[in-house]
Amino acid sequence: MLILLYFVLVGFGWMNIYAASSTDTSQEIFDMSTKYGKQLLWISLSIPLIIFILFFNSKFYERFASLLYLISITSLIGLFLFGKNINGATSWYNFGGIGIQPSEFAKAFTALAVAKLMSDRQYNLKLMKNQIKAFIIIFTPAFFITLQPDPGSALIYLSFFFVLNREGLTLSYIILGFLAILLFLLTLFFGSKIILLVSFGLITIFILYGIYKNKQFLRFNGLRFLFIYGAVGLFILGVGFAYNNIFEQRHRDRFDVLLGRKVDTKNIGYNSYQSELTISSGGFLGKGYLQGDRTQGDFVPEQHTDYIFSTVGEEWGFLGSSVVIILFIFLLYRIIYLAEKHTNKFGRIYGYGIASILFFHVIVNIGMVIGLLPTVGIPLPFFSYGGSGLWGFTLLLFIFIRLDAHKKYDW
Amino acid sequence: MKRSFLLLFLITIIGFIYIGRLFQLQILRGGNSNPIQSAAVKIEYDYPERGYIYDRNGKLLVANQLSYDVMIIPKEVKVIDTLQFCSLLKITKEDFIHKVKKAENYARWLPSVFVKQLAKDDFAFLQEKLHKFKGFYIQKRIIRNYPIKSAANVLGYISEVNERVAKNSDYYEQGELIGWWGVEKQYEKELRGIKGKKHLKRNNLNKITGRYKKGKYDTLAVAGKDLTLTIDVNLQEYGEKLMTGKRGGIVAIEPSTGEILALITAPSYDPNMMVGRDRSVNSTRLFGDTINNPTYDRGLQGVYSPGSPFKIINGLIGLQEEVIDENFSVKCYHGYRYGHRKNEFMGCHCGIVGRPIRIKKAISKSCNSYFATIYRKIIDKYEDTEVGFDIWSNHVKSFGLGNFLGYDLPVGQKGLIPDAKYYSDRNKYSWGATTTISNAIGQGEIQTTPIQLANATAAIANKGFYYTPHIVKSINKKGILDTAYTIPKKTSVDAKYFPIAIEAMSDVFKTGTGKWSQVKGIDICGKTGTVENFTKINGQKVKLQDHSILIAFAPKDNPKIALAVFVENGGYGATIAAPITSLMIEKYLNGTTERKHIEERMLNLSLQEIYNKQLQIPDSLETGKEQHILKP
Repeated sequence: MLILLYFVLVGFGWMNIYAASSTDTSQEIFDMSTKYGKQLLWISLSIPLIIFILFFNSKFYERFASLLYLISITSLIGLFLFGKNINGATSWYNFGGIGIQPSEFAKAFTALAVAKLMSDRQYNLKLMKNQIKAFIIIFTPAFFITLQPDPGSALIYLSFFFVLNREGLTLSYIILGFLAILLFLLTLFFGSKIILLVSFGLITIFILYGIYKNKQFLRFNGLRFLFIYGAVGLFILGVGFAYNNIFEQRHRDRFDVLLGRKVDTKNIGYNSYQSELTISSGGFLGKGYLQGDRTQGDFVPEQHTDYIFSTVGEEWGFLGSSVVIILFIFLLYRIIYLAEKHTNKFGRIYGYGIASILFFHVIVNIGMVIGLLPTVGIPLPFFSYGGSGLWGFTLLLFIFIRLDAHKKYDW
Repeated sequence: MKRSFLLLFLITIIGFIYIGRLFQLQILRGGNSNPIQSAAVKIEYDYPERGYIYDRNGKLLVANQLSYDVMIIPKEVKVIDTLQFCSLLKITKEDFIHKVKKAENYARWLPSVFVKQLAKDDFAFLQEKLHKFKGFYIQKRIIRNYPIKSAANVLGYISEVNERVAKNSDYYEQGELIGWWGVEKQYEKELRGIKGKKHLKRNNLNKITGRYKKGKYDTLAVAGKDLTLTIDVNLQEYGEKLMTGKRGGIVAIEPSTGEILALITAPSYDPNMMVGRDRSVNSTRLFGDTINNPTYDRGLQGVYSPGSPFKIINGLIGLQEEVIDENFSVKCYHGYRYGHRKNEFMGCHCGIVGRPIRIKKAISKSCNSYFATIYRKIIDKYEDTEVGFDIWSNHVKSFGLGNFLGYDLPVGQKGLIPDAKYYSDRNKYSWGATTTISNAIGQGEIQTTPIQLANATAAIANKGFYYTPHIVKSINKKGILDTAYTIPKKTSVDAKYFPIAIEAMSDVFKTGTGKWSQVKGIDICGKTGTVENFTKINGQKVKLQDHSILIAFAPKDNPKIALAVFVENGGYGATIAAPITSLMIEKYLNGTTERKHIEERMLNLSLQEIYNKQLQIPDSLETGKEQHILKP
């Protein structure tokens, strides 16, 4: 079932890459000078990879998870020495003209490592020590990826919070994170002073409510509340500072345009704008395969990679793009369903991990293409052009399939 | 499953949100967009050559010529020797800087016109050196060319499509050429042909990457059609020459077909003024001239009282209504008294006192008393004045007066033939034949245009029918088939009543007011007119010099040409309009004129002094003296 979905998505993805990158002059499918030709090569090569993955015993992955993880961390560090700088980010190894992006593979191995760590019977997430262990595993690759710098790819590691939550981490981390993001956006939008007042006001109301309920409330929690005041205040003030000093101008611009803080005079939102227009022009049924004039005219930058979904939107219309979204939803449901059925904790956690990663990719990527989220350069799983990306996702999915195939014989 | 609820929940919710967003984008916003209007499709036009225009004898009137625009792409401009460049284009350095700036303001990377319509010689020099000046190139354009400097009012001109027209049209785009006046406007569709469309795919850099859908939507250009006009350009030119120094209009029609042989307005202009580099200057000058109004077609738009020629029609109506017959006679004593008060008297200059005047003599001598009498008889034939008046009015209208004729030129005036309602609406008190008695002699409320009167003359020449006048004889050598121009329209006066009127008109040129303008060998039938006219200066009615008018057709049997001549402020019909008419007829029928002295006199006659005088406020007005008011 998952394998079928995989091939449908990859196949459909390639068709759209073909549409987005083909020209009238070269019609040869296997032309290696073209993007779609290369992608076809990657797809073909993923079949031996799949066989290779399935060849190993599922125990192998559990046993060697730590090693694989260490290898991927090493490869990430190695980038700073041997990597190739493309578009300002050192994310690539160059092997005779073929670029390999280790961050794409690191996701799968991190998922393995997390699963391995947490599947230990002694492991209890309630303990702070264990939580920190998990965080270290998750954020080490994220840290190195951020340094490349490729903050978009690093963001993906946030999706592991879903896994931690599933395995018992209280929701408060996610809520806290969510609140932080909300606060961040609100602060940018309304300015720090108003938000500072409003949030302090809200906290005060909350405390007063606590005191009203329980006279002892403040006595036990007094220090903690002072801490909350301080943290929120610092955070809000820090937003402005981080925004202006740590973020790069291009990041600031993306936020500004999305939040409507600035009139877009310099075409910062050009990608999103073109992408939205392109999708709109598809209508209900779309213009037909290879008939998308805006796709053929290269109006959307990076259309074969991050913006591949706009091709779907234009050529296949509302119907086609909805089907793609539904396919992804179905894929995620299926993975979660299978993961939950795992009696083996390792398999379950790993499955949950990849569901979270894929989910994160899909919402961030499609959200960006349809103009709901700011521009974050991460690919659409199975669709976007790029060998490393495709192999990374293949690896991610098929290790799970391998684990899944084994579960019946497991204890 | 409980613990995985959060993720499942988020997946579902976000899935719904995203599909909702797609719905918003693709169904609500983009569902009905036309793919061809997309930014990814560029339409390129292939303009066919505009049709030529010939006169009825095949003489070329309007042709096309190449013109050369110097185009600029500011981004690529690199001029090393600005001075040389300026001298080649014949512009100053300040001009150069100004024009470059203007182009930059428009768009730095798109071409715009730098210098319009270069003269041929300038082009030849420039072309050799153009390679030195980067960012400039030459674009060929087709513009109109008029080999004969005549008939500007008929031919019209072409102009660039402006924003307003482009917005309201699904064919034109701004900057394209469109017929803006005269035949060019009326037959725009035939002349222009249909432009071909090429749909090209375009990429984000505005680069053409190929044909859109392999040319599925492309169309081929259809060539413009050539027009042959009914105009005889020799006659037209001759008429224009005769009218130099005068204001007015001449319309000549072939009675047997309704074809307009000449449509002259004076003053006019050289059609070549409306093409080329000086076009905008000339255009301002022509359209801004509110005194001479060279762009106002007096033949079609000039509204004048018809005067005495109108008496013929009244006579015919009298015969048709059987209120008179050929033998009915009136005695004239220097005029006609239509009321008891002292001023209720219409003077008459027929010169026949106390002897019975019958219709033939009444027309040839232009007897006011006679026509006042029969006018009253016509109107008062019925008990109800309004019935009688409407019958009269409808008879008049059947000659094509009082309304647009339906000719194929874009301008015109209705003129005015009043009916009963017209007077009832305006008069508080009762009205009748006597209060409208001026209509009897073609004055009063009656207003006509020269072409209407020429057409009515043709109807008289044809003994009771006319073809709607038209200016186009054939399109692409195929005769016009439009039934509007091929089916005759009958007057409500029967054919049997016309011969007596025609005899009378013939007498006009034998013994009457036109006898000084006889042409040997040609039996001209006509009627002169002298029309009083007034203008308002500072709110006071001031009488101006009379208009000189004449209608005529020739020859008497089997008429070939019918015309109406109006010369503003020309005085008596006999003094200016008659000789001009006879010269026109002679020229048309014989090809040349033998009466050189008359020709010369007419060519040299200028009324400019009179026109200039009208511009001055008369002394009498300034001193507040009583004005010369309408003498009936």
